[in-house]
Amino acid sequence: MQPLADLISSLESGGVAESIRENDLLFPLIEAVHVLAICLVVGSILVVDLRLLGFASIRWSVGSVTRTILPLTWFAFAVAVLSGALMFISNAAKYLGNGFFIAKMVLIGIAGLNMLLFHFIGARDLAKWEDAARPPLAARLAGGLSLLLWVAVVACGRWIGFTMQPG
Amino acid sequence: MVATAFLSDVSKWLSATPLSHSIQTTSWIIPALQTIHILCVAVLFSAAVLVDLRIWRLILRDLPLRDVGRRFLPLIWPVVLVLLLTGSLLIVGEPRRSLLNTTFYIKMALLAVALVLTGLLQWSLASPGFWDQDNARRVAARLAATASLLAWCGIIFAGRFIAYTQAG
Repeated sequence: MQPLADLISSLESGGVAESIRENDLLFPLIEAVHVLAICLVVGSILVVDLRLLGFASIRWSVGSVTRTILPLTWFAFAVAVLSGALMFISNAAKYLGNGFFIAKMVLIGIAGLNMLLFHFIGARDLAKWEDAARPPLAARLAGGLSLLLWVAVVACGRWIGFTMQPG
Repeated sequence: MVATAFLSDVSKWLSATPLSHSIQTTSWIIPALQTIHILCVAVLFSAAVLVDLRIWRLILRDLPLRDVGRRFLPLIWPVVLVLLLTGSLLIVGEPRRSLLNTTFYIKMALLAVALVLTGLLQWSLASPGFWDQDNARRVAARLAATASLLAWCGIIFAGRFIAYTQAG
């Protein structure tokens, strides 16, 4: 895997990566922004998931909940990816060698796939049931799965900190 | 200082309790407690963001503030209980990390500000249109919303910085 090893070392040797590694304040600051963004991603997606499950916000249509909440979720997700990428390049090899980091990336991928499947298949007839207190099984499954996946993403994120020493 | 000596004694006593011992010696307990703690912060922060954005009329403009508040504010209190419980257990597990750390007290002060603002807002929503009666109230509501958002951001930053500012 020589090309991968080359890519990792070129990521880690860049000026930005070096600054994050060597400045005592930069890494914690980026980490705090990352936690802030993740909190908004998870908390906002939870509102959508609970609506899909029929557990909360049932007086509001599914469409109005997703239209209000998801732009906020996407904005926070972009901030989380950017801050996460900065932490990653500062220590790319160590992150790639950490099982919880890999698990976190896979879980985010599955959460994305779950969302796409719901968007293109589960929500095709959204207009028919979006006002129903209890959405159809496919929508409830998508909501429940999303909830579990994001809880697991947060857990993996925290476990990375205990199984890997940056620097 | 007397206070530092006292807190140091409290920390020593807490560390010697059987509960603290279990938390220290079972490797998964601290990350598990931190995960639940962060999930609670996620719920509280997001609820504050949604209500505060509504106060600024940036989202959910067609719904009365009262409805938005009733959806997102009452749930805060049971979550705060879990937040305080997991936070307390984390302190019992590693007392010196927080009790001898200025960042921890900044975080607690900001939490008090955020919770007082949330409580006042929830109480004010009992009278419909409370914040729309005149311009001064509209401005006051926006200031309070901004203060509560800044307090939450500060809580999250301080929370992360506790790990970097602990006494040796």
